[in-house]
Amino acid sequence: MARITEAEVRHVAGLARLAITDEEVTHFTEQLTKILEFAEQLDELDTTGVEPTTHALDLKNVLRKDEVRPSLPREEVERMAPDWENGQVRVPAVFE
Amino acid sequence: MSLFDHGVAKLHTLLKEGEVTVTDLVKESFDRIEATDDKIGAFLTLNEDAFEQAKRMDELAKTSDDPLFGMPIGVKDNIVTKGMRTTCASTFLENFVPAHDATVVERLHDAGAVTIGKLNMDEFAMGSSNENSAFKPVRNPWDPTRVPGGSSGGSAASVAAGQVLFSLGSDTGGSIRQPAAYCGVVGMKPTYGLVSRFGLVAFASSLDQIGPLTRTVEDNAYLLNTIAGHCDMDSTSAEVEVPDYTAALNQDLTGMKFALPEEFMAEGVAPGVREQIEKAIETLKSLGATIETVSIPSVKYALSAYYLLASSEASSNLARFDGIRYGRRAEADTLDEVFTYSREQGFGDEVKRRIMLGTYALSSGYYDAFYKKAQQVRTLMKQDFAKVFEEYDAIVGPTAPTTAFKLGEQLDDPLTMYANDIMTIPVNLVGIPAISVPAGLSEGLPVGLQIIGNYFDESTLYRVAHAFEQANGGFKMPQL
Repeated sequence: MARITEAEVRHVAGLARLAITDEEVTHFTEQLTKILEFAEQLDELDTTGVEPTTHALDLKNVLRKDEVRPSLPREEVERMAPDWENGQVRVPAVFE
Repeated sequence: MSLFDHGVAKLHTLLKEGEVTVTDLVKESFDRIEATDDKIGAFLTLNEDAFEQAKRMDELAKTSDDPLFGMPIGVKDNIVTKGMRTTCASTFLENFVPAHDATVVERLHDAGAVTIGKLNMDEFAMGSSNENSAFKPVRNPWDPTRVPGGSSGGSAASVAAGQVLFSLGSDTGGSIRQPAAYCGVVGMKPTYGLVSRFGLVAFASSLDQIGPLTRTVEDNAYLLNTIAGHCDMDSTSAEVEVPDYTAALNQDLTGMKFALPEEFMAEGVAPGVREQIEKAIETLKSLGATIETVSIPSVKYALSAYYLLASSEASSNLARFDGIRYGRRAEADTLDEVFTYSREQGFGDEVKRRIMLGTYALSSGYYDAFYKKAQQVRTLMKQDFAKVFEEYDAIVGPTAPTTAFKLGEQLDDPLTMYANDIMTIPVNLVGIPAISVPAGLSEGLPVGLQIIGNYFDESTLYRVAHAFEQANGGFKMPQL
């Protein structure tokens, strides 16, 4: 059984960098359990020796020449991020 | 009478003859949006420069040879547009203004199409009803108490309501075809890799594909002609020759063989949908096609495999929304709190649910049981579909098991909501193309016929869909 516990939900939320409320923990525990139980129907299929498909097409590595190309202008990129200063993204201090 | 009743080919002639101007077409769009969008809610952002652009283009219209020149288009709001807000219908990106155009948008502009605005959707394309938009739901033009489908609900509703001539959507598990079916328009999910994903905000990268929603099959072919083809900026873009898809139209179906999977007509298909699809099958037969019932047993497992794979990919793709580089940042003291609070405040319930599911499925100890297992099932499905295409030219069936349901009806139960996509999801897992074409009404609501083809065989889909449309009557405008 894929019963997922509240502790696991909190752990997964931590991995996903989601600050979730107690209420969300309760309803995600219930809903994820249902979804995972449903997903267990896959166990009915024997997949011994079956290669996993990662992609619809059989693609090879696609490489381009290592050439300098024009980049996006900084003043336009600045509009995308919430906090800029002197041409750089500003973030809270990482180290004390 | 709307100018858009004419379709691309006729409008192109009228523009060249000077009977219609680009400004007329843009005005038609804005007037109709003004008159109907309070009811429909299809648009999140309008292009303020559209009339200026139209004015500049008016003089050039008579000498333009591109069929899309001057045509008004709506773009789903997960496709980036330079200088025009692109929100993915998420609070997280409420004020996000991209610095570049997606390849598809660039190609449309090169062709002379005019972007009217950005279309509402389920947040980050996760949903089947458009109720997951952070800003407002989209309503079905056929009945505003009902959903338009999703996630490209705005794309389908805006075309059905006559607000734009056509639109772009994206399809990860049915997000073009299911809303096209619910709103009575034509929606094409091309082969994976045919249309560049550069500038499409990624949901599930191995499944996502951009495609056209239109009133008619012919217009759909014109639009795909413009957006299809290799792109250097998308490493999964296929290196294939793109044919002229309009060349596939106006052919009969003599000698063609179609498969009807019994799994697509099983219990769960609403009687009214079944009835219209059975009629559609008779129509296809009368056009010269042979149709045989087949079984594709693995489609039963598509939904499970899909939600594991798509959610896993989404959990990874949406990690980029960290409050640092794009969109919203929560007030917080530490860097880690910036991540967690920005994501808590910026994402809606369904997005969080899928990030959680995906993170769990990829986490240590569960990877083999869920993610790898689902990938193996994907292989089995590819094999099953390959077998069908050894014998048949296409697969036919309903696009969705029901017609449009009421707003709020399925919100409480994710599994019921997910089941709307049971007939469209296998196509994304396998990576093949499929089109939904209007197949009449059931109790006043549109039903869609889905035609599924082999890899890069969009021409066959257009051929079949066009023959069916001509025999069946095609697009009808809902009374609004």
